[in-house]
Order: sequence, then structure tokens, then C-alpha cells
Amino acid sequence: MALLEIEDLRVEYRTLRGAVTALPGFSLTIGEGESVGLVGESGCGKTTLLMAMLRHLGPAGVITGGAIRFEGRDLAHASEADLAKVRGSRIAIVYQEPASALNPTMTIGAQLAEVPMQHQRLPRAAALARAAEVLADVHMPDPRAALSRYPHQLSGGQKQRVVIAMALLANPALLLLDEPTTGLDVTVEAAVIDLIGELRAKYRTALLYISHNLGLIARVADRVGVMYAGELVEEATAVEIFAAPRHPYTRGLLAAIPRPGASKETAALLPIPGTVPSLAHRPPGCGFAPRCAHFSPGLCDAGPVAMAGTEGHRVRCLRWAEVTAAPAPPSFHRAAPPTAALLESRDLCKIYRLPAGALKANDGLDFAALKGEVLAIVGESGSGKSTFARILTGLETATSGSLRFAGAEIANRTVHRRSAGEVAAIQMVFQNPDGTLNPSHAVGWALGRAVRKLGGLRDRAKIAARVEELLALVRLPASARHSRPRQLSGGQKQRIAIARAFAGQPEILVADEPVSALDVSVQAAVVNLLLAIQAERGSTMVLISHDLGLVRYLADHVVVMYLGRVMEAGPSAAIFAPPYHPYTEALLSAAPLPDPTHKPRRIRLEGEIPSPLNPPAGCRFASRCPRKLGTVCELTPPPLRETADGHLIFCHIPLERLRAVTPVFAPEMVEP
Amino acid sequence: MVGLLLRRGAALLLTLVAASFLVFALTQFSPANVARETLGAYALPEQVHILSEKLHLQDPLVVRYVRWAEVLLGLRADPLDDPALGLHIHDPRGARYFGNFGYSTLFHEPVNDIIWSRLANTAVLAGIAFAVIVPLSMLLGILAGMRPGSRLDRVLSILSITMTSMPEYALGVILAAIFAVWLKVLPGTSPLAKGTGWPLASQFLLPVAVLALYDSGYVARMVRASMIEVLGKPYIRTALLKGLPRRRVILRHALRNAMITPFTVILLQINWLIGGVVVTETVFAYPGFGRMLLQASLFGDIALIEAATLVALFVAVVTQLLSDVGYWLLDPEARG
Repeated sequence: MALLEIEDLRVEYRTLRGAVTALPGFSLTIGEGESVGLVGESGCGKTTLLMAMLRHLGPAGVITGGAIRFEGRDLAHASEADLAKVRGSRIAIVYQEPASALNPTMTIGAQLAEVPMQHQRLPRAAALARAAEVLADVHMPDPRAALSRYPHQLSGGQKQRVVIAMALLANPALLLLDEPTTGLDVTVEAAVIDLIGELRAKYRTALLYISHNLGLIARVADRVGVMYAGELVEEATAVEIFAAPRHPYTRGLLAAIPRPGASKETAALLPIPGTVPSLAHRPPGCGFAPRCAHFSPGLCDAGPVAMAGTEGHRVRCLRWAEVTAAPAPPSFHRAAPPTAALLESRDLCKIYRLPAGALKANDGLDFAALKGEVLAIVGESGSGKSTFARILTGLETATSGSLRFAGAEIANRTVHRRSAGEVAAIQMVFQNPDGTLNPSHAVGWALGRAVRKLGGLRDRAKIAARVEELLALVRLPASARHSRPRQLSGGQKQRIAIARAFAGQPEILVADEPVSALDVSVQAAVVNLLLAIQAERGSTMVLISHDLGLVRYLADHVVVMYLGRVMEAGPSAAIFAPPYHPYTEALLSAAPLPDPTHKPRRIRLEGEIPSPLNPPAGCRFASRCPRKLGTVCELTPPPLRETADGHLIFCHIPLERLRAVTPVFAPEMVEP
Repeated sequence: MVGLLLRRGAALLLTLVAASFLVFALTQFSPANVARETLGAYALPEQVHILSEKLHLQDPLVVRYVRWAEVLLGLRADPLDDPALGLHIHDPRGARYFGNFGYSTLFHEPVNDIIWSRLANTAVLAGIAFAVIVPLSMLLGILAGMRPGSRLDRVLSILSITMTSMPEYALGVILAAIFAVWLKVLPGTSPLAKGTGWPLASQFLLPVAVLALYDSGYVARMVRASMIEVLGKPYIRTALLKGLPRRRVILRHALRNAMITPFTVILLQINWLIGGVVVTETVFAYPGFGRMLLQASLFGDIALIEAATLVALFVAVVTQLLSDVGYWLLDPEARG
């Protein structure tokens, strides 16, 4: 018995230039208690679909056809009064950014109590009691006290718990989850996902997950739909979709992200060329045709393509039966393994003196980056990764310790006190390309300025030539220099940001989450570009990321940080196999992999990351460590344990016992 | 909260001291001279010189400022009060008391006898105008902001822009022409005197109307913009998709957040109403603070200018304090 039946739903946006179709005819069924995942890149109509289901499309959005049948009502044509009975009561939403989804001037209790007061007509006191119960259900520490807090007094993970509690208060039959973990740390993400699964079992709620994160969808969904240009292009069980994708778009998405355990030596990522078509320029026939390697003229662009395939695995492709797997991708080759250290950090400390006390953002960092390698720094927010990047790039100075770049001490000198050569030698690529480019200047101006400042060129013709070279380096046409940032896609903007960083021949490129703001199909292209440029220039890359799949793929060496200290460091392959530091083990277990059959050992960290103002005296990780030995961990700083292959672990647990665990990733996934 | 008030109170005091020194210093560069203004236009240069000597006007600026501050605080007798000077001016409060602003050369009276009654008159006018402006502009701004682009929004926008762009004197003259000259239902001037034949209350109507029409449009536009911004926030969507009725979403979720930004602007209107309504008071011959300040400035009445500036400044600093406290109450994040 279907709980929700969306049939041939058509949604248009009325704009000044006429109506554009966001959803040309969308159909989906969700059974009672079922968990369905929808994946697709931005601009594919995922959010429009969610908002259409609750008829919250704004003044421009109109449902022009089809039906949304839910519990005996057609929501597409229901009255406002009927809708109000469904919204928040039978269908509830968990939003993407919990910080902005909560009203900053109302207490948590007041915002939660509104739901039972509205839908069950409970008096305020009873509604608050009910809110406290549900907060306890979502494992909110001290739920009673939380009722009188304001959103800004909670951490990101706690806010998302509140948003989930708000959605569950009326015991809805269907829970819509709109990128529910984007922006959360991996360990928090895993806890939130576990929580939703647990509550689903308890309340028999059906779930509709919407995400661009294939790993997340693989972990949570029973059935998966793939959306492209407002249409469902493939639908099957999660296991089927990930094991035997049929639509070229689905295949493309899976080839664009690192397979579990893959590294740059074993496989290349395949980007999908082109971009999602805009709503106004939908191609005739198959929406994916312009980007598809299997496009057949006269067939694919002849007219609307119907869902085909087999029972239980439907696909909107005329050639699905003929399409074969993509050819084996070429591997990354390195001439000689890097050996010489370019960057050396020795006992590097950064202490912020705050009114509340001393905050040790970096505490005794000891590691090196070799010339020409990729060094990844991983850790949750608050681990001190970004502080290190700020010292390295000269935005701040260290409090003590040393950071040597090519033999010269740079820890105590900000950009202003570094030579022009040193500044040009260490450059940064930021997470969000939108914020790094000045919107009022053309790309050529921004690059030209970087060429003057970092490359030291003065001659106009030479600058113009160098700008063209840089654009070619990031595989953009020379004409791109006339574009303004708003005319470029996210991936193109990030290419410009990379070109800017290479304006002065950098020896170290600091990449802070370089692809996490980009769509999956574009991520692969940017990763490949970074690797290619790095190999070509022999520059070192310091990668800061929380995406462990990406780190495994890109990095040669990995440093794992927690609360300002290094927990573990070593070659990438060694980090991703036992012996693990207990913190790394938890991080790996939390990372979502695009493989629904993969059931990692479930290691969850309790509680929140402690305040860096008052860290544990012994091992920093002691207060949350699932393998804590006892008081020794709390009081004594852990000893350094070293393996033969240069793998360093700071832990009280002896190496043999750290080694005697089953890998979090199955062994065949780790070995090439 | 107490900490905030203490910190702000200290800052307030410091601001007043710094500003009073600046005002004092500025009046020294004006063509007016205390001795010349006190003696009047027909005094001989020798007489001016003698008075200057007696008042020690040749001392350095800082010394004179300290002396002036001591007179104000009641630590020193006002030198002008000395009968030996033969100026025949006398303050019934005595020569030495706290809050002694000196003598007005324009009115030949102690400043304290002039300034407070004018301030009270202006406070009444400002109070009535404020009581009209705030609810009116909030109502209009909220209604317009709730449905941007609607007919109501466009009508309100056009009206408020028209009213704001019309100068106060033009508005005053037009209203007076219609209601006083043509319809003859309201008095054209508002001297607050009994003998004019118009009841006292009717004398307030036109000045209040000018102030309210001129200012409400501006404040309403601020409220409208803030309302539109808040209604676009994700938490408003959260509230709507909880199933709350739109009315409740606006009252419970939107209003308080939409008031945070315009709150400061609304309080700034108090400053303008107290010290800045020179034109309206002059057009309607209203015996208020702004008109007094204008007269004092034109005449070069240094003591009165100093006192009036200090009072206006005090009002400004207090409204600033109020706006900080209000902000603290409205926005929990400001409370930490």
C-alpha cells in the first residue's frame, strides 16, 4: 500500500520571460515505512519537488498538472486549510542548514511546542513536556535545559537534532530530508543518520532523502531514484543502482567519485562533460543527451523518452541495454616518489589569548611535507586544520615552534614580512569560489592582478600572455578572461581560483576543501586538474578536507588532527589500514561510502568535541575515545608509537592491540 | 545587563565631556566674543577689552574650558555674576550652583530660565509626533513588506517617497494654506499662547502633521525592507511548513526579527525630533528648542548654544543607550 503517490507532476515557474518547466512530469511512489533516496546535482529539481509536495513554491511556482496523492488527499489541489493539516503534522521536513532553519529570537522550547499546540491542540505546558520527551528521543543532552536555550547557544549537530525533533513531534507518516547532513562533520553526520534510522524503526516513518552525496544515499536508502533535469532517469533498489547502474548519467556520477579505497595510483576519476541544462533550455528528447557519450542522433533527440527497463529497475534511456561499462580509466603516474622535505613543522603552537583563557588552536605540530607530494590534514571542525593553514599562508604567526619552508623560517612572519617570492611560493585555493572572486571585475582583471603581484610581471602584453597561459593551464578558453564571475559555473570559478594561485609558480598549494562546494560531476574535473597541474609543476599540495574518500584518493601522506594536536600521521595507505588511532578508526567508520553493501563496524563518538579552552590533560581524545584504557589516558600525554613504514600513532594502547582490529574498510577495498 | 548599563553609562559620560570641550573650542573660533556679545553692539572697544581682562579671556583654551566646566558643576561662581562688573545681570539661583550654564546674551536672562521651558515645549511636540510616527510607520511598513509588489505595497511606497522628498517647509506651507488659509479650521501659527482664539490642542495639529507625514514614510520604508528580508529567511519557511497559519507566522516569527534593524532607526528619530525640527518650529512660530537654537546661533549667543548643544547631545547619547538596551532585549544572540 503506497503512502505517497506522485503521478506525472508538472511544475512551472512563471518568470518575466515566460514560463519555464522545472518538473516536466515526475512520478514517484513511496510505501509506508520505506526509505527512498533521490540523488542528483544542483539544478535537477530536487528542492522544487520537495517544495511542490508541500505546495510551498513561492509566488512564481505553479503546479500545472498531475497529482500528489497522500493519505486520501491530492495535495496538488488541496485547500490551504487541508494543507495546513498535513504540513508539519503528516509530512515534516528536516532542512539542509539547521542554523538558518531555526528562528534566532525564539527559544528552542517555544519553537518546538508550536507543533503540538497547533496540531494536537495541546496546552503550552503539555506541549513543552512533549517537546522535552522528543528532545530526549533525539539524544539531546539535558533536554529540559535545552528548551530554554536559543539556537545560537547550540552546536551545529545539536541544532540538527532540534530540527529533527521538530519534524518528529507530530509523529508524521512521511519525513522529507533535504540534504540533512551537509555542513556537518563526518562523525556528527554519522550520528544524525543513525538517529534518523533509529527513529524510523521506532515510529515507522517513511523517509525521502534528497542529496547530492552518493555515499549518504547508499547508506540510508532502500530504494534510490536518480534525478536529472527535473526527471527521474533511473529507479531501483540501492544495491542495484550502485552495483549495476543503467543510465549513463548514473554511471557518470559513480565514475566521478572515488570508489571506496581507490587512490590516484589505481584509478582516475571521470568527470561528466558539460553542465545541467537550464530550465529554459531543456533539450528535446533525452535531457542528458548533450552530455552523453552514448548519444545517438535521431534517436535520443527525437522526442520525450519514456521510462523503460525492467520491473524493479526502471531507466529513462533508449539505449540502456546496449550501453556498456565505461572503459577502464587510466592511472596516475609519478616519475619518482618524493623524498626531499619542502615544509617542516616542529613543535608548532598557536595560542589565542581570550578573556576566557588560553585557547591552544595548534599544540606542538610535528610533521613534514615532501616536495611534489599531497599532504592531507584531516579532522573535525575545531581540530586546528585551518589555523595551521593560516600560519602557513602567513595570515597569522605562530606563538612558538618552527615552520620551515625550503629551509627558511616562516612561522613568525606574516605575509607582510615575507619576501615577494615567498608569498608567491605558498598560495591558497579556498572552499567557496564565489567568495574569492570579485564580482565586479572580469576574470582577466583578477588574473592579471595576480600575475602582477605574484608573478612580478609589469609589461601589459606579457601579462596578457601569462593570463592566457593560466587559463589554458586550467583548461579554460582564452575568451574566458572577458567573463564576470556570475557568468561562470561553480566549477569554472574554482578553475579560475586555481589559475590565480598558480600565477606565481607556487611551490606549495594549500587547498582548503577545494571541491566540497562543487557538484559531483564537476568535482572529478577539478580533482583531475589539480593532480595534473601538480604533477606538471612538481608543486606540493597541502589538502585540508573532511572527505575521507577524497583524501584516500588524493593524498600521499595524511595527518589526522584532533583539538589542535596530531593524533596520527603516515603514508595514506597505512592510515587507511590497521593499526588505526582510535580517533581515525571512528572517522573512517563514520565516512559514508558509495556502496550500500558496505556495512562498516559501527563506532560512534559520544558527546561533543570538548572546549579547546579546557582540553583533557592527557590524550586530547580521552573524553570521547571508545577504546579508552582508564585514567592514564586522561592524565598522561600518550606516547608515540611508530611502525616500520613511518606510520606514527600517539596512543597509550600498544601497537599490537591497535593492529588487532578488523579493518573498517574491507581489505579488498584497501588493496589495489 | 547591569554590566552593559555601567559600561554604556561610563561611555556616555566620556562622550559628554569630549563633546562639550569640542563645542567650547568651536565657539572660540566664531566671530562672536563673550565680552562683545555681553556688552552689546554699541560698547566701545576699550570696554570690551576691560571685560575680556576681567573674564580672563586671554587664558589658554584648556584653562578657560576647565573654568567653564567648574562654573557648570557649581565649583566656581560665574564671573559675569560679579556686581563689580556693573552688568546688572542676576540669577535668582545664585552665582554658584550645579548646572549653571551662564547667561544668555540674547535674552539677557540666565540660560536655565530659557532653555528648559523651550525643551519642554519641544518634548510635547516630539512626544505627540513620535506617538503618531512609530505605530503608523510600523503598520504601513509591515503591511507593505508582507506582500512586496502588491497594490498596497506600491501605493504605500509612492506615498512615502513623495512625503519624504517634500521639504518640511513646503509641507508646512501647503498644509497651512489648506487648513488655515482656505478651510480656516486650524490656526496657521502655534505660539502656544492663550490669546490667539484657538484652543491649545488645535495648535499642535499642523506641526505634528508635518513631522509625521515627513518622517513616517522614511521609517516605514526601513520597516518594509527589514520585513521583506526576514520573510525570505529559511526559518519563516520552517514555521510555515510546520503547518502554522500565516498570521501566526508573521506575528510570532517575523515581527520580532523584523524589528531588530529598524529599532535603532526609530530611536534616532527622537534625536531629530528634539534637535532637528528647526524648520517646522520656525514655520509655525512654535516656541521650541530648535527655533531657540537657531536664534541663538544667528545672534552668537555662546552660552545658550553651548547649553543647547549639550542638552541635544545628552538626548542623543541616551537614545543610543536605549537602542543598545533594546537591541540587547530583542536579539538573544547579542546577549551571548
